[in-house]
Amino acid sequence: METINQIFDFLTDPANYEGPMGIPTRFYEHFLMSFQSLALGTLIALPVGLYIGHRRRFEFLAISVGNLGRALPSFGIVALVYVFAYDLPGDIGFWPTFIALTLLAIPPIMLNTFVGIKEVDRDTIEAARGMGMTGREILQRIEVPLAAPLILGGIRTAAVQVVATATLGAFTGWGGLGAYIRDGFAVRNFGIVGAGAVMVALFAMTTELLFAGVQRVVSPRLSSQRPRWKGFRSPIGPEGDVVYESAGSGR
Amino acid sequence: MSDVAISLRHVSKRFSQNGGPAAVGDLTLDMRRGETVVLVGPSGCGKTTTMKMINRLVEPSSGTIEVDGTDILKQNPVELRRHIGYVIQSIGLLPHRTVRDNMATVPKLVGWKEGRVEQRIDELVEIFELDRELLERYPAELSGGQRQRVGVARALAVDPPVMLMDEPFGAVDPIVRERLQDQFLHIQEELRKTIVFVTHDIDEAIKMADRIAILNKGGVVEQYAPPEEILREPANNFVKQFVGVERGLKRLALTNVSEIEVEEGPVVTSGTSSEDALKEMERFDFHWTAVVDEGELKGWVDVPSVKRVRTVSEVEPRPFSAYVTEQSTLREALDSIVTSRTHVAVVAIEGQRYKGILTLERISREILS
Repeated sequence: METINQIFDFLTDPANYEGPMGIPTRFYEHFLMSFQSLALGTLIALPVGLYIGHRRRFEFLAISVGNLGRALPSFGIVALVYVFAYDLPGDIGFWPTFIALTLLAIPPIMLNTFVGIKEVDRDTIEAARGMGMTGREILQRIEVPLAAPLILGGIRTAAVQVVATATLGAFTGWGGLGAYIRDGFAVRNFGIVGAGAVMVALFAMTTELLFAGVQRVVSPRLSSQRPRWKGFRSPIGPEGDVVYESAGSGR
Repeated sequence: MSDVAISLRHVSKRFSQNGGPAAVGDLTLDMRRGETVVLVGPSGCGKTTTMKMINRLVEPSSGTIEVDGTDILKQNPVELRRHIGYVIQSIGLLPHRTVRDNMATVPKLVGWKEGRVEQRIDELVEIFELDRELLERYPAELSGGQRQRVGVARALAVDPPVMLMDEPFGAVDPIVRERLQDQFLHIQEELRKTIVFVTHDIDEAIKMADRIAILNKGGVVEQYAPPEEILREPANNFVKQFVGVERGLKRLALTNVSEIEVEEGPVVTSGTSSEDALKEMERFDFHWTAVVDEGELKGWVDVPSVKRVRTVSEVEPRPFSAYVTEQSTLREALDSIVTSRTHVAVVAIEGQRYKGILTLERISREILS
């Protein structure tokens, strides 16, 4: 009870919303870090996933990277990159966190993109080719629209992981909401630790909901009867078909 | 323009580099303009491979293919495909596009203006007797038969002179299939496209084809001839076996009554005296005669009923329970013969005008000829 009161007090104290250590600043740091690494991760993973799915080559690469991504402990990556990236210019702790988060974002996006494209009905593609669509037209007009829910599912998974894991950056000298957890531990104030944890959790959940919404919007319409945000069913099949366990599909 | 629309010369296809068996060994085939050529054969005979080489979904390993006198191997494959209609068994409609957008796919690829596309879709709706409401629906909302028709309509969108169809009616139940086949035959009668049609079903081949190519393993053409000829004179045992045991019956289904000479049968007018009517029946050794008034078929009367009166007009002729028309097939005529009590099929034209009769002997003579 004591701790919950402390958390509440911390979060409601206006003094905690000011200055370079204030909640808005920390939140902005956290957001920026997450956004940047997610953006770079998407920039790398999406084209690779599209290529592998469309050309159906190097499939083992996508699957290996995906599985590797699941096996690697995030904190391990942060620590490892910290050792190598310590000397890079910029804010202390920025590079290790940024690189680690980017690496974290790549596997789910790449795997979901690859699976989404690959699972588009082969006969649809064959008919499209027979009608004289070029590979690019097939990718742009058929494969990407149909795989969109799954691709977004990958980005959603990555985003939530990145937001949650960005917390670790505080332990290699960077800021973000994780800083409260680090500093709270340092002064043995569990109210501050709890407040940091609550904020990270809220941020992660908001991210999840936000991407779920986007996922619905980009889902292709497959029926004239109901609008797409009701009763959408992935053209790819039930979630169980997807090899990556956390690859959510819109619903 | 030459008579030949598609010409394959010594075409071969090997899928494996290191000397595995060729999917198609050395195939030479000419397909005439406006004809439906059906490639038929057991699985692994290379019929689909052969078809796909015509729009270069499969690249031939050697040989030349000409469409309308142009060597397609020198053409841009994408351009080529946009001007050849293509239908596959599973149809492959774009699930995220409406029926309208699906049909507009190729017109838009080749850069038609919006108005022209709309006009063409209206035409297709008419030709295929599609419900206009379907245009705004998505493929998942169509029945199997509707999907198939939309698929064929889509392939005809830019009015290509050549169509490739790979078991286009294979995915629907037999009743719907027959309806789709009939509709397509009807449409083809008007459009006279050059069609390459692949199936494994010999009955479908016989029904749809102007010319059938029966293929054996490795794309060997065992026989290339009109269906009637294949049934009448199968080139070898392979063809004989492939065509199956009911060759005679299948041939009957291919011939219309109008194509053979009907026989003379007993016929009287209502003014005929009963004495002459009985003579007429005796002449044919029948115990009944058809009654015709001013060429119109009234029905029939039999010996006992005529014996009781002086002229035929005093008897009410009984209607024929079944008769065949000139458009009926010999198979239908045969059915009429074996199911009628008198073992005779009466032939009338344009509904009621009496033409003559058909007997079992006449039809079996036709099969044996």
